[in-house]
Amino acid sequence: MSRRDADITARAVALQPAAPAIVRMSQVRFAWAGRNAFSLAIEGFALAARERILLIGPSGSGKSTFLSLLCGIIAPQAGRIDILGTDITALSASARDAFRAEHFGIIFQMFNLLPYGSVIDNVLLPLSFAPQRRRRATANGSAEAEAERLLGRLGLEAGLTRGTSAANLSVGQQQRAAAARALIGSPELIVADEPTSALDRDRQDAFLDLLFTEAEAAGTTLIMVSHDVSLAPRFDRVLRLDEIATGRQGAQTSGAKA
Amino acid sequence: MIVLRLALQSLRNRWLTALLTVTAIAVSIALLLGVEKVRLGARQSFADTIAGTDLIVGARSGSLNLLLYSVFRIGNATNNITWPSYQEVAARPEIAWAVPLSLGDSHRGFRVLGTSPEYFARYRYRQTRGLSFVAGVPFADLFDAVIGADVATALGYKVGSPLIISHGLGAVSFVAHDDKPFRVVGTLEKTGTPVDRTVHVSLEAIEAIHVDWQSGARIPGEAVSAEDVRKMDLKPKAITAALIGLKSKLATFRLQRAINEYPQEPLSAILPGAALQELWGLVGTAETALKVVSAMVVATALLGMVTMILTTLNERRREMAILRSVGARPRTILGLLMAEAGVLTLIGIAFGVILLYAALLVLQPYVDATYGLHLPVEAPKSGEFATLGIIVIAGCIAGLLPALRAYRLSLADGMTVRT
Repeated sequence: MSRRDADITARAVALQPAAPAIVRMSQVRFAWAGRNAFSLAIEGFALAARERILLIGPSGSGKSTFLSLLCGIIAPQAGRIDILGTDITALSASARDAFRAEHFGIIFQMFNLLPYGSVIDNVLLPLSFAPQRRRRATANGSAEAEAERLLGRLGLEAGLTRGTSAANLSVGQQQRAAAARALIGSPELIVADEPTSALDRDRQDAFLDLLFTEAEAAGTTLIMVSHDVSLAPRFDRVLRLDEIATGRQGAQTSGAKA
Repeated sequence: MIVLRLALQSLRNRWLTALLTVTAIAVSIALLLGVEKVRLGARQSFADTIAGTDLIVGARSGSLNLLLYSVFRIGNATNNITWPSYQEVAARPEIAWAVPLSLGDSHRGFRVLGTSPEYFARYRYRQTRGLSFVAGVPFADLFDAVIGADVATALGYKVGSPLIISHGLGAVSFVAHDDKPFRVVGTLEKTGTPVDRTVHVSLEAIEAIHVDWQSGARIPGEAVSAEDVRKMDLKPKAITAALIGLKSKLATFRLQRAINEYPQEPLSAILPGAALQELWGLVGTAETALKVVSAMVVATALLGMVTMILTTLNERRREMAILRSVGARPRTILGLLMAEAGVLTLIGIAFGVILLYAALLVLQPYVDATYGLHLPVEAPKSGEFATLGIIVIAGCIAGLLPALRAYRLSLADGMTVRT
């Protein structure tokens, strides 16, 4: 057995990151509204700064609920979610939106970009909602120059970034533009939700190389969700979502693990 | 601001539906403002038709009826004023001038007005403008006629053209005063009033063509030739109405009462302005109906816009999820959709105003010539700006409907799109 597999089984050890925690969830309970709705319980989850973790989330394990809680889209009915020392469950919905804008870069599986906008506008979009990130992005010049620099580092030629609307990019180019959007202004956390599943194997590796390099350079913590276990060797830690969180479908009496 | 730029690009991405929506709003705005322009233009045209006349005297009738038949040549007199009564009224000391009017005959659909030569000097329209001759002179001979601008263009008459007056008012009359032909001696300048559609002759001429007539038909065997009639006493026996100017306006109401109480004959004296007010009261309902209809058309256009935005919401859930993931609040998304409605309404209004003024510039000469309706091309008034402002607000409020739905969708969807 590899060290990685040992990590997955040894939950008690894996749940405690080595460095001071940047994310800490404890006793979190969330249930969607309505009868027979999905609910999720997270007893404890922590993440150290600059850590790169892979979260293996089988479908139905509550992946999108978990990410929504982490990013502050929804607030739990009980428990604490401390991010960068702030308990975001104590924040109002709009304060959580502002918090997400400042501290999170988010990459989706696909369709990351507003298709009619130019690539550069798509990359600059988060700065409209995050003044601190804008300050960081403009520390060495204009925000546009920073966006161009990131896009260049991610291998998108300058010719593609202005004028052209994002819809004209290939899927791989779109994911790289999405990575630039997540990285701009150096947010503390990047959450990538199966960012490579639409790419073929070669492109997956190339994309992850670029993402890791840039995240490293910016000192960013990275959470990537996937059900592709083969990516595991590239991460510091691998966690299974169903070992951190207990999802239930339906009435509280049902004890079936989702 | 990148968010606004992206919102506009999103709109541009749906340019065809957006264009159709804007067009519908533009047409409705042009209609709304156009109806108001025509309404005011029509009022102005009516109000401009008579000026400088203090009282109109006729046989006892409603003031509106008297105004319509004497000035606008609409409808008919119920009765005449006898010549002695007219002369007695005209001789009163308060009166500066009096012009008799005798109506009842026509020439190829245009009314014939028997009057005195003073008419050309006294008649005023558009506040101060008087009649002037394009060609020729006022009538002097018994069988002279002066024609209005529309008569001249419609019938191709010039000074010297002969014309036959028909008895009665039909466009095709079977009874003509063909034994006494007239000759055009003058044509008047275009005024935009019923004067343009009138043939003017002397009072004596009206008397002359009727000497051998009784009860609307020729008296058989008593025909009087055009030569013989000149030797007869052509003092009119009756007139239809008279325009009166006073030395002092202070005397208006006293004289009006005196005429209304004239003992020998039932007469009416009216103030043209007051009678016009009565007319506005009468057509007010129709005007309101027109306004309501055009407001409904605007409301329909705004509803179309709401429908357009609502139908695109589902395909834009991804767009909203992306905005949410980068930190946009649901409130921001609500605002963006309302702004979209507002922008569409604003563009629609801008195009509507352009459309209206383009149409006014193109159609104005035609409408003026054909209907005598002068539509001024002038900057929108503050009232119109207020209306447009209300429409922008209405557009934003209409946008609230899709915006609230988007708000709820983005709250429910968060960063993920469930379809």
